[in-house]
Amino acid sequence: MELAFLEISELAEKLRNKEISSVELTKYFLKRIKEYDGESGLNSFLTVTEEEALAQALEADKILASDPHASVLTGIPYAAKDLFSTKGIRTTASSKILDKFVPVFDATAVAKLNTEKSILLGKTNLDEFAHGSSTETSAYGPSKNPWDVTRIPGGSSGGSAAAVAAGLVPFALATETGGSIRQPASLCGICGWKPTYGRVSRFGVIAMTSSNDSPGTIARSVKDLAITAEILSGHDPKDSTTSVKEIPNYAANLRSDLKGVKIGVPKEYFVPGMQPEVEARIHEAIAKLKELGAQVVEVSLPLTKYGSLVYAIVTPAEISSNLARFDGIRYGHRTEDAKDLSDIYDQSREEGFGDEAKRRILTGAYALSAGYYDAYYLKAQKVRRLLVDEFNEVFQKVDALVCASVPNVAQKIGNAKDNPLFGYIADQLNIPASMAGLPALSIPCGFAKAEDADIEMPVGLQIIGPQWGEQNVFNIGYAYQTITDWHKKYPKGFGEI
Amino acid sequence: MILTAEEVRKIAGLARIKLNDSEVEKFRKELSVVLEYVSELEKVDTEGVEEISQVTGLENVLREDHAKLSEYRDAIIASFPERKDDFLKIKSIL
Repeated sequence: MELAFLEISELAEKLRNKEISSVELTKYFLKRIKEYDGESGLNSFLTVTEEEALAQALEADKILASDPHASVLTGIPYAAKDLFSTKGIRTTASSKILDKFVPVFDATAVAKLNTEKSILLGKTNLDEFAHGSSTETSAYGPSKNPWDVTRIPGGSSGGSAAAVAAGLVPFALATETGGSIRQPASLCGICGWKPTYGRVSRFGVIAMTSSNDSPGTIARSVKDLAITAEILSGHDPKDSTTSVKEIPNYAANLRSDLKGVKIGVPKEYFVPGMQPEVEARIHEAIAKLKELGAQVVEVSLPLTKYGSLVYAIVTPAEISSNLARFDGIRYGHRTEDAKDLSDIYDQSREEGFGDEAKRRILTGAYALSAGYYDAYYLKAQKVRRLLVDEFNEVFQKVDALVCASVPNVAQKIGNAKDNPLFGYIADQLNIPASMAGLPALSIPCGFAKAEDADIEMPVGLQIIGPQWGEQNVFNIGYAYQTITDWHKKYPKGFGEI
Repeated sequence: MILTAEEVRKIAGLARIKLNDSEVEKFRKELSVVLEYVSELEKVDTEGVEEISQVTGLENVLREDHAKLSEYRDAIIASFPERKDDFLKIKSIL
């Protein structure tokens, strides 16, 4: 039975019809992971939880047999970015400093999927502490893009994106701070949802930039994203920034036309250096949205180009603070040659952190240090307010914005090496919405030739909504997918085994 | 904005990361590139603009301050890098 590239709702139906059991489904995906992943394969998983998964699947099968109202996610396998704490299961953040770290509790997002009896297959690779846009800063080596294994899958949630794209798992938990879901989803030709800040609990997700961090999902279709969003959203007493706002029935509310919907196309998102073929795909996608009945207007967001600059200050500043906890004292890596307490701090951190984490910690410590705070951090937070105001104003006029997710298709592994600005430029079209806490999607909208080879790579359409406007972006993405089949394409070389 | 080696050493001290000379030089160059990049922000007029740090408008989320026992006590102790009985062991401070 060909199951690798089916959507959650299709797999759920097969489980209900008894065409397949959750144990069989779990074994099926575990076998694919064995065949196509590992260090010589895609390197998308850091830990595979075979034993736990099979035990969970047995339980799910019992529920499916007895409860006709079991959740659509019951018995469905998934993977979690290795930034989500998983009780009793190694959680590394792709860093040597947490190489042997085993959390004592589950992140709220993981706990919610456990409650649904979804099946955790393992933990996926990422840039170290999610600092990066290619998975190349991972202490365990880069993941590979299934469409061309010499290219980056994007990042930081590159392992989650590569695993879903290659049909190793139906969906995956991921996180965003400034593009880390949308950018890899775009480069790997699948769908990604970055929630409104505070829609999904951050509890148990290893912190990067607390004022931005937004856990979300990567999946095969917008409908799948909407299904996961209903489960993952909501207030959590363990994360005070989560909202008590009502959670709409995102999936049930989806509609297949866009009559009465007003969409803005921000002209500043067609940036210098954008591949002409990528631009062409975006214009084609916009034409489809018009076909569906949407009214499309050009809008202007003049501060767009400053988004990445604000991010380049705020993010390292919050990182330098959040990563202070990794000090070799209570958990994680502790140096073996410390003579005194100071040595434990200084050397454990020197040995445990990779270059990118160090660079961001140092940049942040500088931006926050006496004499520089006003010039950097305070200035950035003022510009951030202007960015928020600018989006608020445009959302008075339109229901959502559409543009490219990434200006270029996936680059070769190694191109980003030693470029301290790589991420800020790679994610320039994602960062402004992140700084304003907005919900957004990236969905596949075709292919473009790589700039340096005769090969077609995926292009992503980005849909950005106002705060709490998840339904707006899901509706637009879903309607688009009812008349296109880009989300049904999958890479060659990952067939049935 | 070009940093000096001394400034990098000072920041590394604040961040509690031991750097050797070649790392000081590497980060001096790379941080200078980042600071140069962000200096463009000066061009944005922020006269009279109040900074923002919470973008969804939440303020002062309060809860009752009830003490409760942690269910994780033993698991946390088990993950100490070094311990003596139930105590966390560290090197001497002086």
